[in-house]
Amino acid sequence: MIDKTVPTPAAAVAGIHDGATIMIGGFGAAGMPSELIAALINQGARELTIVNNNAGNADIGVAALLKTKRVRKIICSFPRQTDSHVFDALFRAGEIELELVPQGNLAERIRAAGAGIGAFFTPTGYGTLLAEGKETRVIDGRNHVLEYPIHADYALIKADRGDRWGNLTYRKTARNFGPIMASAARCAIVQVREVVPLGGIDPEHIITPGIFVHRVVAIDTPTVQSQPQAAAY
Amino acid sequence: MNRYSRDQIAARVARDIPEGAYVNLGIGLPTLVANHLPKDRDIFLHSENGLLGMGPAPPPGEEDADLINAGKQPVTLLTGGAYFHQADSFAMMRGGHLDFCVLGAFQVSADGNLANWHTGAPDAIPAVGGAMDLAIGARKVFVMMDHMTTSGESKIVAKCTYPLTSIACVDRIYTDLAVIDVTVQGLRVLEMVDGLTLAELAKLTGVPLAMA
Repeated sequence: MIDKTVPTPAAAVAGIHDGATIMIGGFGAAGMPSELIAALINQGARELTIVNNNAGNADIGVAALLKTKRVRKIICSFPRQTDSHVFDALFRAGEIELELVPQGNLAERIRAAGAGIGAFFTPTGYGTLLAEGKETRVIDGRNHVLEYPIHADYALIKADRGDRWGNLTYRKTARNFGPIMASAARCAIVQVREVVPLGGIDPEHIITPGIFVHRVVAIDTPTVQSQPQAAAY
Repeated sequence: MNRYSRDQIAARVARDIPEGAYVNLGIGLPTLVANHLPKDRDIFLHSENGLLGMGPAPPPGEEDADLINAGKQPVTLLTGGAYFHQADSFAMMRGGHLDFCVLGAFQVSADGNLANWHTGAPDAIPAVGGAMDLAIGARKVFVMMDHMTTSGESKIVAKCTYPLTSIACVDRIYTDLAVIDVTVQGLRVLEMVDGLTLAELAKLTGVPLAMA
């Protein structure tokens, strides 16, 4: 019998090695797998490369992980926030490497990794600082930039419901990077609000099929209310 | 000198968005446009974090941390709206499916180059988000901004001095002084605030302007 559920967040993040590339889902706080990140901090892996849309808010989640100084590099699209002080200080001190990626390239590079695509051409970023040094090509009269996939050793994802085969549903805009990160990582680790029996999710409603998912842990926490922020995205 | 208020600029942009349009409103000034879209028009607002059919902010106490917009503010979903993941959301943006995006800007050049993501200052923390994807992907790119910086320099320039977001992407510029189309022949003024002449506007702007 295949059962991908594990009893605790600590069991879910077991084996993550120093130097690993880890995708972390979420757009700001929506979809951020806070309990898995806390378990990763306790687990102690170092020299990590993190892939996330942002670079942490306040002192929680990704920001708490950055604060441990175990992250060598972050690949993200929008580090600057009104409350990204942890990242800002590390970046200005030269203690973290930043690969800044247009958000659509971030999404498509992750999707490409999951879909076995070797590279792709896109008009996004052509003629800008973020395409400097990259191969370009004119396709149908339009300038394109060559972009490569982003593969990961692990993905940490927050979903809503899951079953023992790893099928998942998400909740509202917390879906964001979850489905594509699950497909791009060799080991996708998912915290869910609720584990349901097989068949408990209507097959028509499964967003991430279990083939992309390796470990599922139930964390029955009330939804954390994020503080609305002004002028940050 | 007369100036359009921020709400007047937003209302002017809203007039150009027809029924059935799929629209992404950028962070900041462009979000005001939503307040001026006529309620009797079906217009689909897209938010890059993964929703179509975005509605207004919820009443106090009904915020849901899992339902936010690209600015990470709590929003609502209209009846008929949909959620989707990032690759689908950016396929909408990059694949030419959005009819309009409305973006803020630091600078727009006379040939339609856009600079709106980075000041390039040595200690600045850069951040780009979906700006470059919207600039290349939306069918029409509208920019909404003050005509002049607080220090009195034109934000419409011959050549952008800030790092570019995209090349030759801007179609129309809405400022507190004028509405201006970017055309292959150059900048064409559609409207100006009362009391301003084309000569005065051209002097403030510092690049050649002609009436449309």
